[in-house]
Amino acid sequence: MKALTYIGLAIFLIGLSIFTGSIFLGNFELKQSDLTTFLENKGIENELLQKELQSAVITGEKMDIFTFSSNVRGALEKNNAHYDALIAKYDAEKDWTKKGEQYQYRINDKDFRAMSFSLAKKSGTGFVVENRGLMWFLTFGLGIIGALLFILPQLKLLGPPGIKNNGVYHNPATNRGWIAWLVLVYLVVFYIMLYFMADYVVNWTFILDPISKALSGGEASQWFVYGFLYCVIMIVMAVRMYIKYRHNKYQVVRTTSVLFFQIVIAFLIPEIMTSLNMPAYDFKNAFPLDYDFFFDWNLDSLINSGGIGLFILVWGIVLTLVIVPVMVYFFGKRWYCSWVCGCGGLAETLGDPYRQNSSKKMFSWKLERWLIHSVLVFSLVMTLVTLYCYFTGASSFIGIPSNWIKDTYSVLIGAWFAGVIGTGFYPIFGNRVWCRFGCPLAAYLGFVQRFKSRFRITTNGGQCISCGNCSTYCEMGIDVRAYAQKGENIIRSSCVGCGVCSAVCPRGVLKLENGPLDGRINPTDVLLGNDVDLMDYVNNKNAS
Amino acid sequence: MEEHIVIIGNGISGVTTARHIRKLSDKKITIISAETDHFFSRTALMYIYMGHMKYEHTKPYENYFWKKNRIELKRAFVKTVDHANKQLQFADNTMMSYDKLVLAVGSKPNKFGWPGQDLEGVQGMYSKQDLDMLEKNAPNNKACNRAVIVGGGLIGIELAEMLHSRNIPVTFLVREESFWGGVLPSGESGMINRHILNSHIDLRLGVNLKEILSDENGRARAVVIAETGEEIPCNVVGLTAGVSPNIDFLRDSGIELGRGIKVNPMLETNIPDIYAVGDCAEQHEGINGRRPIEAVWYTGRMMGETVAQTLCDNPTEYKPGHWFNSAKFIDIEYQTYGWVFSKPREGEIHFHWKHPDDTKCITINTEEATGKFIGINTFGIRMRHQIFDRWLTEERTTDYILEHLKDANFDPEFYALFEKDIVAHYNKTYSKNIQVKSKSWARIFSKA
Repeated sequence: MKALTYIGLAIFLIGLSIFTGSIFLGNFELKQSDLTTFLENKGIENELLQKELQSAVITGEKMDIFTFSSNVRGALEKNNAHYDALIAKYDAEKDWTKKGEQYQYRINDKDFRAMSFSLAKKSGTGFVVENRGLMWFLTFGLGIIGALLFILPQLKLLGPPGIKNNGVYHNPATNRGWIAWLVLVYLVVFYIMLYFMADYVVNWTFILDPISKALSGGEASQWFVYGFLYCVIMIVMAVRMYIKYRHNKYQVVRTTSVLFFQIVIAFLIPEIMTSLNMPAYDFKNAFPLDYDFFFDWNLDSLINSGGIGLFILVWGIVLTLVIVPVMVYFFGKRWYCSWVCGCGGLAETLGDPYRQNSSKKMFSWKLERWLIHSVLVFSLVMTLVTLYCYFTGASSFIGIPSNWIKDTYSVLIGAWFAGVIGTGFYPIFGNRVWCRFGCPLAAYLGFVQRFKSRFRITTNGGQCISCGNCSTYCEMGIDVRAYAQKGENIIRSSCVGCGVCSAVCPRGVLKLENGPLDGRINPTDVLLGNDVDLMDYVNNKNAS
Repeated sequence: MEEHIVIIGNGISGVTTARHIRKLSDKKITIISAETDHFFSRTALMYIYMGHMKYEHTKPYENYFWKKNRIELKRAFVKTVDHANKQLQFADNTMMSYDKLVLAVGSKPNKFGWPGQDLEGVQGMYSKQDLDMLEKNAPNNKACNRAVIVGGGLIGIELAEMLHSRNIPVTFLVREESFWGGVLPSGESGMINRHILNSHIDLRLGVNLKEILSDENGRARAVVIAETGEEIPCNVVGLTAGVSPNIDFLRDSGIELGRGIKVNPMLETNIPDIYAVGDCAEQHEGINGRRPIEAVWYTGRMMGETVAQTLCDNPTEYKPGHWFNSAKFIDIEYQTYGWVFSKPREGEIHFHWKHPDDTKCITINTEEATGKFIGINTFGIRMRHQIFDRWLTEERTTDYILEHLKDANFDPEFYALFEKDIVAHYNKTYSKNIQVKSKSWARIFSKA
């Protein structure tokens, strides 16, 4: 059994190495005809650019992706330099008309990588492109088989069903040891490549082209790779959850729920919508987590997509304004954060082994409240500016340029905070870094949960022995014990209701439940079990 | 100048005392401990060894808490108490004076004079020092090929689970014919026996330790069983035959001692301004059918809550409410509310239900003549403390309890519920026709 897990680990690492190494494979040669079509499709009429690109990447020499990318970007830079010089020249000559004409020939710096990606996508040759099926097996296939071989023996190795956190703090993978740091570096680099250097990982998209075509009819983008990988990782790690918490039906049902919402609602339905020429939409992704819902391009696309577009527009607004708060009132924010949400889904599957690393210090709680509410304000201000500019045609509002604030939010919050840090930092700072410190939707849900909700974690009278398992394994960094040992129910805006505090409690002290608002918050200084007169005396004195 | 209250012992009872005094007053508070710098949860020591937590996680309060609440912490060993001069003498012969003294000194593991009980590799499992010693004695199954545990109580089974978590083979010697047989009814105890064996722990029932054999370096190398003479080779011997109050340093202090420090219901000792709380306190007579000494987490806490009132000019008797407790036997959780004894007392009957999977069962103790509910043990099913506490106060009948059993369930959502099975079995056993009512929030939250 133990041997099987080592074999699984080895197979997984081989798959991971091939996946990672595959970005170095293949040759990139652009055909003249492809370049022409590309520029035509983009509506770019710029002979200089065409010439620069021709000499950069249609050389007859074989290039790896890094040379290819750097040549494309070089060509774009030369093009821009040329027109910048012209702009400067006409500026000096005060020839405003001519100066103004030059801008259309410049390529926005932000689009360099995207153009490089699109060209690379057309020009890839070599082993990966020619053996997509085999490559799928060697990367995803081996990864899945290896991971499952590593995970499935736990069914026997863990012993009888029950909480088995044995060795969590002796293991360098889960106790912030060298393995955890390696995983952190890998994840951070992965996200940086995905968000900012997608052209380098174009080979991954070749591997998934057949699946993408089957689903949506189109070729795979880096986002398809991410979405597919996300689903695969969640499924495999959900198997681990099912085994680890097989005695705990709440965990089993909850894991099934996040899996369903990720695979069907977040991944499959948007792909199918694309194949039907509809705007792709993740029906559970609520604003402000879905921060670009009110961006002009999205609104335009929805408005121009007929009935379904309008439906999505109305649904998106109703989801945020009505469904989300009403559901939080009845069930707590867990209905979203640990049952539905994609970010939560990854945190509860891939992230589960790291949950104990979230800091429980008072300092972290203070930082959390500052950060998450700042992001909420940021997202609302951004949306306000965007909507104002959308409806008035202005380019800025209260002195904030619409494009600038959208770009800033997208890069800082959308890419760096939610992705690179949010997931990359799992192994060291716990699996809910984004949900706890950054997610504006979580902040909004938190207000409702804290002030008007039937949800609470009930503390079972005087049974708590202050052992600290609940606090240790709280992924949101809540010091659960601080409440439980006082006999107080846990009412915290940040609680995502994962239910693990209740699962790891050795004395049956904690229960997540929805009940009447009356008596939800129960200040107690003296706990159940002591002299009734003393309890009344102290507790009433404090309450009054 | 505010009164100086000195508390010896930084366990749950000492720390609760200090916290509540601070809530009620500005008195000067000092907590003295020889064990650790800060309060930690003793019951969580096992999880450190098992790797579920680190020592830091077992501290219920962050380190800044003490300064912020003006509670002085002193790491020292008190050698003598001089009550005539209201002074403490420490092991390094320095002194500290007090105005009021609270003894919260806890327990120490029992040793019954077994030959070899002081050899190296023989230890209890009570203090932080014991944990550190175990880490040295049994870091893994290469350094420790087998461990033998002597004493079938709660600490014994925890120590077995700890060692087992590091794949160290464990032999578990239990004097009774069944695990914790003096406390648990036989149906429950039998189920736990099977669970221990299923967890690959070598459980030996009805056996006593004769002696521990030494190797040439003064380390334990084997134990000998009294009944059979069998010699079991091992590297570590865990002595877990209960605990008793840690009061040796008070022998000549003039404070009245029995097995523990004798106190009245006000938690006062025979010496004015000296109080005792927690494991070390011994009531002259047990309160509410409880034992005179209760080495239980929550009673320590309750005594702390109570004595703090007395010390802050609100003289309060220690009046623990209905008995309750909980524990975990490897993977099976146990809770109890009210009184259930291993054998029904005169005029009492036990109703026992066990799930076919052999990991869940309950026993209800009833007064036969009146049908009054006396207590319940539950295994593998969590129950709501508040509800049972209320039912005990209201002196409900067992029939009533079974009818409303759904109100009391505290298992996580979506768990399979067994009230129907339990009541069906009850109806069959006693030819009754009780119908289970559905769960009612109104009843659960009604203020009795």
